[in-house]
Amino acid sequence: MDMLLAAIPQILQPHMLITIFAGVAAGLLIGSLPGLTATMALAVLLPFTFGMDALQGLAALGAIYMGTIYGGAFTAILINTPGTPSSIATTFDGYPMAKQGRALEAISAATIASVIGGIIGVTALLVLAPPLARLAVAFGPAEMFWVAVLGLTLIASLSSDSLLKGALGGCIGLILGTIGVSPVGGETRFTFGIPAMQGGVSLIVALIGLFVIPEILSMAARGRAALSAPSDMSLERFNFLPVLRKVISKPVNIIRSCVIGQVVAIIPGAGGNITSLIAYNESRRASKEPESYGKGNVDGLVASESSNNVMVAGSMIPLLTLGIPGAPPDAVILGVLMLHGLRPGIELFTESGVLTNGFILSMGLAALMMLPVGLLGGRLVYRSILKTPHYFLIPTILIVTILGTYALRNNVTDVLIMLGMGVAGYFLRIIGIYAAPIVLGLILGTIAEQGYTQTILGGMADAVPQLRLLDNVLSQILFALVLLALLSALLPRLLSRKQGITGSGPTPPGNE
Amino acid sequence: MTRSTSRLAAAFAAGAAATALSVGAAAADFPERPIDYVIPFDPGGESDVTARMQEPHLEEMLGVSVNVSHQPGGGGAVAWSEFQNNAEPDGHEIIGINIPHIVGQPIQRDDAGYATDGFEIVTWFHFTPNTLIVPADSPYETVDDLVAFAQENPQALTIGGSGTFSGNHLEVLRMEEVADIDVTYIPFTGTGPLPAAILGGHVGALMTNSMLGVQMEDEIRTLAVASEERVPALPDVPTFKELGYDIVGGTYRGIAVPEGTPQERIDTLREAFSEVNEIIGEDQVPLGFIMTDYGGDEAWEIVDQVYNNYSAFLEDADD
Repeated sequence: MDMLLAAIPQILQPHMLITIFAGVAAGLLIGSLPGLTATMALAVLLPFTFGMDALQGLAALGAIYMGTIYGGAFTAILINTPGTPSSIATTFDGYPMAKQGRALEAISAATIASVIGGIIGVTALLVLAPPLARLAVAFGPAEMFWVAVLGLTLIASLSSDSLLKGALGGCIGLILGTIGVSPVGGETRFTFGIPAMQGGVSLIVALIGLFVIPEILSMAARGRAALSAPSDMSLERFNFLPVLRKVISKPVNIIRSCVIGQVVAIIPGAGGNITSLIAYNESRRASKEPESYGKGNVDGLVASESSNNVMVAGSMIPLLTLGIPGAPPDAVILGVLMLHGLRPGIELFTESGVLTNGFILSMGLAALMMLPVGLLGGRLVYRSILKTPHYFLIPTILIVTILGTYALRNNVTDVLIMLGMGVAGYFLRIIGIYAAPIVLGLILGTIAEQGYTQTILGGMADAVPQLRLLDNVLSQILFALVLLALLSALLPRLLSRKQGITGSGPTPPGNE
Repeated sequence: MTRSTSRLAAAFAAGAAATALSVGAAAADFPERPIDYVIPFDPGGESDVTARMQEPHLEEMLGVSVNVSHQPGGGGAVAWSEFQNNAEPDGHEIIGINIPHIVGQPIQRDDAGYATDGFEIVTWFHFTPNTLIVPADSPYETVDDLVAFAQENPQALTIGGSGTFSGNHLEVLRMEEVADIDVTYIPFTGTGPLPAAILGGHVGALMTNSMLGVQMEDEIRTLAVASEERVPALPDVPTFKELGYDIVGGTYRGIAVPEGTPQERIDTLREAFSEVNEIIGEDQVPLGFIMTDYGGDEAWEIVDQVYNNYSAFLEDADD
């Protein structure tokens, strides 16, 4: 507590405030560009922190991280493109809202949710770090396998109009995930003799291809931009307070999403890519009006954005206590800690406690600063997208997309894969196979494969190595959750089919 | 070894020819524009962090800006094949290379897309020896304890590490041979997940690089380190050799340029990197790195050593 108090004056100095503000703004800008991830933002901006002392450098990186994850929401809402993988679920309701002329409402709600999520994450980091860290190491290969399978069951609920099409999408994703060097064993698979294919299909490349390209193709096909100016509410008269009231009037939704965000964040490897999807799904399941999700329900948006911003500070728990990066961007933060001679572990909270508390508090400050930065920036971006005619907007988005994809790994093959997947994604969308299940299959297929093979390898000396998949309580609980998720997704469907009720399922999220 | 001696001769001839043609003018002009420094891995790893440390000092020494970029994929192979096919041999395009990756991948894969001897090695600038790590509460106090268990229980001991046919994996294979044991190696993606694997008890031991031993000092016990001499940052940890096991190996990181790059430009680069090493060594040595500066013939000797030690394992893998 003393250290917490000692840290407060340190981070309230003017140069710290400016650093955090600049970090949030820079992160926001980078996060809103498809292809530029939080990991890359941190790596690129890292050299700027070399001239700073440890606290200022860490504060800058924490602020950038926070801003990037939040910035992904902008493009998710305005052009149906998750700027980072963690905002996939934000597109489901954010984009329909924007199309209904409620873009500013969506941006404001996303901002409020992000700020709340960010602050809850920071609080958890301050208060619960040591006990929660134990949970992080409990997830071994077998548990990761079940986590991935549990994630795959989301496909059933993300594709409520046709389970078959959803499953088909998931399978496409699983197959795409096998391209490249296998995670265990090191064989190259499905590279067709092309060296560049050894890198496989990167998640971000798939994300951009499957979300952005179909969107701009249909924009071009319609011959007009997707967003129209709000008819009933002019920009100048947009009122922030009703949105705030609307968001905080449903505290259960926010708390549930934050808890999910926190738990998933500390599982190494799963990270923010799926937190928002799980939180979105649970929010819909708990809602009294699940059919309105995917059509512009602000609760879905809030669930996604609050959970993914919890993750920023949440994933620091295993990092700071045990040196385990909870999400890929944390690896960069770990590098910086080591550069400053700070070893993750209990000393970070004792000997260098003032510094660590300062770093954590600075992330809380960064979360608060998202409010003004985001509301102002959001308005600017929205206005410029609205005022740009579609014949400028489409090529601009296309060029930014191609540049972003190339910048990801400086690889032309990635650009070709992205464009190819985009065109394929456009036609798949027409026949009812949406991007979300494909991306989910791609994310989770690798995790499941790795968890399974590692588990079996670990049981090489046993008679039946497969039993290792269920040899402890945590994996048994996860297995039960998988069964539960499957039942709750499939039973209503089977029952309604028996009774001959049609059209009772909720509509697929994120798409027309 | 013939493959590298012949290529050395060829490189020497090419270098000599280039020198003759440019009549020594090149040295004064180089570098004349920014240098592109490609890291074939994700941001945040050891290669990236090192490059970020080198960047400002290199800029100061070479007088031009140095642009670090990432081209991850295929355990480095995507970038290395792209580099050998497309980079200009004028010294302005340099790439990070790693041992044993650049030795192992071309043997083990049919379509790695590059050849080990298709690079000019500027220098191997540092080395991280493999270390054998067990949890602090492990029953194994010494390497002998662990070997005794493994001898009695074939395949029951699990050793985790980063990647398949990586430095960690090859060292486990070597240890199986030297100690006459049969253990189960479990590959993880990179070093990142390894602390959780050992702390959560998901593997019995780790074969990993020396930095993890320093980073996790309180939670783990480092049984031995696979270097010729003890690692400065881990003074109390014996080498495998001291304990009677002939196991020496780890990861070398270095810099390469395309074949045909003029020799004096390679020399300029090497000089810059070895001076930078002096400066960043102050930060890197305490983290568990061993700073090195092997260029020219010495650089290829290292490659040959690795080739001789491990090629049998690698060729077994290529089926």
